[in-house]
Order: sequence, then C-alpha cells, then structure tokens
Amino acid sequence: MARNVLVLAEIRNGALRPVSFECIAAGRTVAEGGTVTAALIGEGAGFADDLIHRGADKVVTVTGDGLESYTPDGWVGALQSVCLELKPDVVFLGHTGIGRDLAPRFAMRNTAGMVSDVTDLKLEGDQILFTRPVYAGKAFVTQIVKQGLIVATIRPNNLAALPVDSVRSGNVSEMAAPALDLRTVIKEIVRNTAGGVDLTSAKIVVSGGRGVKSAEGFKPLRELAVVLGAAVGASRAAADAGYCDYAMQVGQTGKTVTPDLYIACGISGAIQHLAGMSASKVIVAINKDPEAPIFKVADYGIVGDLFEVVPLLTQEFKTLLGR
Amino acid sequence: MEILVLLKQTFDTEAKVTVKDGRILDDDATLVINPYDEYAVEEGLKLREAGGGTVTVVSVGGDRVEEALRRALAMGADEAALIEAPAGADEFTTASLLAAWARGKQFDIVLAGNVSVDTGAGQTALRFAEAMNLPHAAAALKLEVAGNKATVHRDAEGDTEVVEVPLPALITAQQGLNEPRYPSVPGIMKAKRKSIARVGAAELGVDAPARTEVTSVFQAQQNRRNTIIKGSPAEQAKQLTELLRGEAKVI
Ligand SMILES: Cc1cc2nc3c(=O)[nH]c(=O)nc-3n(C[C@H](O)[C@H](O)[C@H](O)COP(=O)(O)OP(=O)(O)OC[C@H]3O[C@@H](n4cnc5c(N)ncnc54)[C@H](O)[C@@H]3O)c2cc1C
Ligand SMILES: Nc1ncnc2c1ncn2[C@@H]1O[C@H](COP(=O)(O)O)[C@@H](O)[C@H]1O
Repeated sequence: MARNVLVLAEIRNGALRPVSFECIAAGRTVAEGGTVTAALIGEGAGFADDLIHRGADKVVTVTGDGLESYTPDGWVGALQSVCLELKPDVVFLGHTGIGRDLAPRFAMRNTAGMVSDVTDLKLEGDQILFTRPVYAGKAFVTQIVKQGLIVATIRPNNLAALPVDSVRSGNVSEMAAPALDLRTVIKEIVRNTAGGVDLTSAKIVVSGGRGVKSAEGFKPLRELAVVLGAAVGASRAAADAGYCDYAMQVGQTGKTVTPDLYIACGISGAIQHLAGMSASKVIVAINKDPEAPIFKVADYGIVGDLFEVVPLLTQEFKTLLGR
Repeated sequence: MEILVLLKQTFDTEAKVTVKDGRILDDDATLVINPYDEYAVEEGLKLREAGGGTVTVVSVGGDRVEEALRRALAMGADEAALIEAPAGADEFTTASLLAAWARGKQFDIVLAGNVSVDTGAGQTALRFAEAMNLPHAAAALKLEVAGNKATVHRDAEGDTEVVEVPLPALITAQQGLNEPRYPSVPGIMKAKRKSIARVGAAELGVDAPARTEVTSVFQAQQNRRNTIIKGSPAEQAKQLTELLRGEAKVI
C-alpha cells in the first residue's frame, strides 16, 4: 500500500537534527512505493541535499514572514500549507520541543489521529503498528491510526537513520507560506544549554545527581564524558540545587534519552528520572547506597563513592581507547 | 477572571504497574490528579486570588473521576464538571468533547497539564486549543497575567523561552510552575457540599470517534543484567570497562 509521507525536518544550532534522518528512514519503511518529502520551515534551504542523501525523495522549503523561529501559529500554518499541497497520508515529526508543541495542533486541524513518542514501528498487513512507552516506561503499547491522516512524533535515537548515499538526487522546491497572525510572540530565549554533545542524540550519556554535591562535583563527570565522547546529563535534584543547567535534566520533565550507554552517578533512580532514561540500551549505576532503586534497572552497578570511582574509570577508558 | 482548568485523573506512577490479559490492572490502583494538572489547578487558584473570578475544573472520564474533581474543589476550585467518557476515547475524542462543552462559555484563560503521566501523550490540551482557536504556550515555568495578555516563561528543551500571548489562551503547566497546596479541612468540608455537574457525551452532540486504537499492551522487558561489580574501586573501574567492551559491547 503506497503511502506519501511528509517529514518535518528540524535544524538546531546550525545543523539538521539526527531525529529528522530517523523520521525519513521511518518514512521509507512505511512509504511502500510512495514518496517521502521533507519540509524545512523558515530556514535551511542549504540542507536539502543532506535530507535527500538520507532517503528523502523531495524537499520543500517554506518561507514567510516570522517563520525564521518557531511559533505555534506560524509553523502549524506553514506545515498545513505543505499538507494541503502534497496531501500526504502520513506525517512524521521528531518528539522534540517543536514536534511536541506543533504536532497535536496540526493533527487536530486535520481531525487526524496521532501517536506520540514512538520508539518503534513496523508494517502489519495494511497497518502501521507503532510502539510507544506508557506509565513512565513501565509498560509499552502498540497503537494504530484507524482512519484518515496518520500523525506521529518519533522519539530521537530509537529508529536507525539510513546511511548517507551521496549520489542520491531529488527534487527541491520552494513554497511561500501565507501571511498569518502569529498570536504567541517570542520575546526572548534564555539559553540554558551547556553546549557540547547534544544530549538527546548522544550515544553515551554520563549523568550526575544530587550525589555530585556541587557544581564542581560535575568536573570528574565531564572529564569522563570527554574521553567517551559522551554528553553530560543530570537529575532534577542536581538542576534544582543549582549544580548544573536545567538543559541537562533527564526525566519526565526533562529530556528523554536513549543512548547505548547511560552512566548514572549519584542518582537514586526516582520514577520520574527513570522515565527519561530507562529505555537506554545499557545502564551503569554508581551509587554509595546499595539499596538505591537505580540498581534495579542497572546492568552494571558499582556500590561506591563516585568521586573515587569516576576518575578511575576515566583512567581505564583512556588506556582502553588510547585517548 | 474566568479560569478553566482541564483536569485528568491518572494512575499514580509511583505505583507498581502490572499488565494482565493485555491490559494494565488499575482497578484497585490509587488514582490521583495528574501531577501537571495539579500545577494547573494551583496556578488557577493563584490567578483568582490575585484578580478575582472563578476557577472551573472539567474532566472527561468515568465515575471515579469525581474523587479528583472533589480534590480540586477542596483545594479551592469553585465549580466542577464531569463529562462522561465514551468507550475507546482517544485524545481526539477527549479534546473534541472538552471543546464542545466549553464552546459558548466565557473563559479568559484555560490552564492544563503539559502531559499526562500515564499515557504520556501530551496531545489533549493542545488539541483543545486548536479546536477552540485559542493561542497557546506550553510547558510554563512562570505565568504573569496583565490586562489581556499573558507572559509565559516556558521550558523549551531546557532553554527558557519568554513568550507573550493574548488572552483568552491556553497555557500548560510544567513542573516548577508552583507548589500545589494541600486541601485544608474547611476546604474539604466545603467541597463535600458542592455539586459536580454531570454531562453525558451524547448531550454535547459530538461525533468524534477515536482515530487511534491501542492494539496491545505489554510490560517493559527490562532484562537488565543487574551485575554488582565487587572489589576495590580500582578493580571495579577496571572490571566495568572490560564488561562494557567485552560483554555489553557498547565501547
Ligand atoms: C512531577 C515531577 C516531575 C519530575 N521530573 C523529574 C525529572 O524530569 N528528572 C528527574 O531526575 N527528577 C524528576 N523529578 C524528581 C524526582 O522525583 C527525584 O526527586 C529526583 O530524580 C532525585 O534526584 P537524585 O537522584 O539526584 O537525588 P537523590 O534522590 O537525593 O539521590 C542522590 C543519590 O546520590 C547518592 N550519593 C550521594 N553521595 C554519593 C557519592 N559520593 N557517591 C555515589 N553516590 C552518592 C545517594 O546514595 C542517593 O542515592 C520529578 C518529580 C515530580 C514530582
Ligand atoms: N480526560 C481528560 N479530561 C480533562 N482534561 C484532560 C483529559 N485528558 C487530558 N487532559 C488535559 O490535557 C493534558 C495533556 O494530556 P494528554 O494528552 O493525555 O497527555 C492533561 O494534562 C490535561 O490537562
């Protein structure tokens, strides 16, 4: 059953987000002979080729007043224009700040069904069967959209992107979005982002909790992260205590991460923290309390003082990796 | 100021989740106000305390949802309505029912939760805003209302975005917005005497059958190794690196 798929591609800090490539790959899985089109809103015409090399057949760039930065009215309107033109059967977005904010409104505008935070999908007969976590990751459901347009947001780092095929070519077109009344106006963006490796797409995450005890306490974690090429994350308690930026927070109210390796240092393992990292492939816990709940979800546990263990680990990895 | 709060009752996520015969067993589970909706109720009460008006809470759900609405009344909400949930309702259905109920009523601000902790969908409130043609600002960490506009500090993947939105608007709450109050004893007594308006789904004349269907539910397969590494810190560090490379193959 051929399906035309539309993917909203996102740019962050001057680069395409890996989840956009993952959405294109998902699009290819469900297209079955249909077309996969990636839409870039506001900026980014220069990224069209990268999207095609990752599996898109076509790229549409949408420009218009006030579309340079995200606003719900502007971007829902822009995506709607693309949708009216292309009449897709499926729309995929990343389960990112923008995707979460935009997709429900967009779905409602099209009286469409939507599946949020998809971690896996496959074809079954005529249906796309989506898998997603519920109850903070304690259970999973499979879900279908029974009729009409299918909208889904895809959790970063769960579906594989396609490898770069630099000989692939495709059609790139431009579209002007109609002028819209942008009711929600952005006044200011305060960047709390620590920079470095993007947490949501990192292959390895080293996280610290209240157990790091101070902002300086994150230093040994950062050193380990540098050796591993990892991003640094944190628990809510560490962010609340001012040891680090909220941008680093992992969990229900923070970021959801699914790295190959998650190293939790001085984190007790509250359910709200687990909600953001329990789908990691391998979990390591370093905690001085042998009863800490984090050990229940860990593959490898070290009962000990993180200030002793983490620098030793950094040394071991340096030797192992020759860095 | 007329304030509406969209409130969902959820399973307490701290509780153990058991899947049996393809469904989550929640018949005996403790049900609570979705934590993010509790922030929304608190924010509504604070707005009323500052500028007068009424706080109305509305929920789509079954009979047990009365408990959650009663708790919101005990916290200080003025009125509550319970819309009967049709079988198999999804976020499209729920938002359509809420919108049909709210249409024609006057609200200056609608507060809701960012996401419900059981289904983790994060759709219903924004769908409601779309259906009502209201602007929105999601994941609020701080809300200030002055005249006919609201200034919202919102969480945008860890960055803070300061946005301005004309009222009426929908604002969803993120953790950090406030500390919800506990119901007081007089509040609880008063809430007992209040009536909760019951609305049948059919009365609203909404035809919004679910667009989605859950086809199976299964317990998360952890299969974690749960290996505790023993020895001196130096030995532990060495063993862990070796296991991560050899056994787990992630390095
Ligand atoms: C609605 C809601 C949303 C929430 N969202 C999130 C969220 O997104 N993310 C999140 O993380 N939390 C969230 N929380 C908070 C959560 O409930 C916990 O309070 C928080 O995760 C605890 O952080 P922690 O593990 O760092 O701190 P603690 O629970 O205080 O644990 C600190 C741990 O460090 C260990 N330790 C101390 N010193 C050392 C040492 N020297 N070496 C090794 N170990 C040491 C201790 O044994 C302890 O286990 C939320 C809560 C609510 C109500
Ligand atoms: N059944 C419901 N009744 C009233 N409000 C709801 C209901 N379901 C969801 N909401 C609101 O929409 C928000 C997001 O819910 P969800 O789409 O389930 O993640 C919640 O925090 C509530 O404020």
